[in-house]
Amino acid sequence: VAPVLALVVGLLFGAAVYLMLSRNLVRYLLGLVLISSAANLLIFCAGGLTRAVPAIVPPGLAAPAEPVANALPQALILTAIVISFGLLAFALVLAYRAYEDLGTVDTDRMRAAEPPLHESADDVVPRSEAERAAA
Amino acid sequence: MSWLLVLPLLVPLGTAALTFLLRRARAVVWTTSVGGAAALLACGVVLLVTVWSAGVVAVQLGDWPAPFGITLVADRLSAIMVVIVGITGLCVAVYAVVDVDADRQRLGFHTLFHVLLTGICGAFLTGDLFNLYVWFEVMLIASFGLLVLGGERSQIDGAVKYVAINLVSTVTFLIAVGLLYGITGTLNLADLHLRVREVADPGLLSAVAVLFMIAFGIKAAVFPLFFWLPASYHTPPVAVAAIFAALLTKVGVYALIRVFTLIFTQDVGYTHTLLLVVAALTMVTGVLGAAAQSDIRRILSFHIVSQIGYMVLGLALFTPLGLIGAVFYLVHHIIVKANLFLIGGLVRRTGGSFELARLGGLYSERPWLAILFLIPALSLAGFPPLSGFWAKLLLIKASLEVEHYLIAAVALVVGLLTVYSMTKIWIAAFWKPRPAGPGVPIAAPSRRDLTVLAVPVVAMASVTVIIGVWAEPFVEIATLAAADLLDPAAYVSAVLGGGS
Repeated sequence: VAPVLALVVGLLFGAAVYLMLSRNLVRYLLGLVLISSAANLLIFCAGGLTRAVPAIVPPGLAAPAEPVANALPQALILTAIVISFGLLAFALVLAYRAYEDLGTVDTDRMRAAEPPLHESADDVVPRSEAERAAA
Repeated sequence: MSWLLVLPLLVPLGTAALTFLLRRARAVVWTTSVGGAAALLACGVVLLVTVWSAGVVAVQLGDWPAPFGITLVADRLSAIMVVIVGITGLCVAVYAVVDVDADRQRLGFHTLFHVLLTGICGAFLTGDLFNLYVWFEVMLIASFGLLVLGGERSQIDGAVKYVAINLVSTVTFLIAVGLLYGITGTLNLADLHLRVREVADPGLLSAVAVLFMIAFGIKAAVFPLFFWLPASYHTPPVAVAAIFAALLTKVGVYALIRVFTLIFTQDVGYTHTLLLVVAALTMVTGVLGAAAQSDIRRILSFHIVSQIGYMVLGLALFTPLGLIGAVFYLVHHIIVKANLFLIGGLVRRTGGSFELARLGGLYSERPWLAILFLIPALSLAGFPPLSGFWAKLLLIKASLEVEHYLIAAVALVVGLLTVYSMTKIWIAAFWKPRPAGPGVPIAAPSRRDLTVLAVPVVAMASVTVIIGVWAEPFVEIATLAAADLLDPAAYVSAVLGGGS
């Protein structure tokens, strides 16, 4: 099972990085969802995959009778899922607010916090005009 | 004993809860907020005194024995950092009472501020790598909130960049933690210190080490991972920018120092050389970036990047003197940088702008403000007898000791260029006459407001002068902290043996 999961993790990472390199904020967010899942799966793999029973001690015994699965990676993943859920929710709201306030999801055109561009630079003049038209 | 380690987390968390419940009563809220910050400082001082006499203190939460449970641990470095968080937290909390507008205060500024302090203290006190991740997230989500609170266009813009890059750091950190757990089977820092020595394949460890370097490097804003910082730090209110500038990047530096002295020392020739190159490039790009800016806050933001290079330099040299320099620099820089941002806010209030071109004449109008600016500015640039001089002296001496002449030269030149930036602010804001023309006229701040704003600035400037003039006890503290870092035996035995 491990090599297959490793491949899946690799594939997810590749797709996620591709999406996150995009200038489009929505694509970035989709990439973020994928890369969080990839990281969680990676912890799952790195923690060791076993076909063992859950770590529950039967009544009357001090330790489980047979080998049990390692519960720690699962605990880590659960925590990571909760955290990434919270962060993703925030990032989604932020992206929507950015779209409303700044009128774009193209990160290259988000320049409200940057110093004004030099009008003489050739490559940037059309963009600043487009921004003026949008505003 | 255990309360000492838990209180620096419970106090700010409790204050955050209180300020949330009381958020409608403005006067009560800010009193609670300032009181909470003062209580945190008191906890930090008691913790430092205890660690001073009793050595490394560790506690296992829930009484689970060491490598399995959640460990809180304070060595000298952690205790020093908690004290510094207390000092900056208190100063910024006082400043924020006037600086942060009523709407932001009502919407939860104080709550987010204290959650941020909780996360920072947690990161300094945890003895477990996954816990460090969780504290980083606490800190991160609070900083997101503080950054967008108020919802101005530029804030949203800055936040998009800040959030986007910091989430990459988060995921990288998580991946590195997962892989390290896969290799060693533990996440307790002290246990990791022992287990990494048994790992058969050091190459694998170096790969994970570089992942950690990237994750913490983004937090610490080192070259080439710093672009989020100057894109966002100038957008929120000055009080928020000051606490970010003072503490957030330094948590990244602290994590780098912790991980690269306690765990990844198996291939110093590779990892620490890489850190050395990064340190040099960080210093140079930061200071050059600052030279091109004309907004006070952006100049200061780029200088954070440049100064982070010095701290990483101390770690990268990995000699006793280098680490002493790094610890000393951390303490010096947190105070000075927070102070410079707070003074930037005062300049905005009295001069009407952050833009150098629109400022002027402040020296003749308010000479006390000019003096207050000069103290941290000259300290940042490294003039004797201020704190920055000793910090730079230690680091340059450490580089010369191991015959890294090039890096010593870079550190000196960057210091010189820092003088250039500080002179630029001095000339434009204080010395040249106020420019005529359509400035933005703002209402002159009331005397009471100015006093409240000036008190924390004066307090921090005094700390800078005290560290500079009576440097010896502080160097001694840094020396002992560095000794702890280079010989973690006490740390390991406090956590693993008899700590429960």
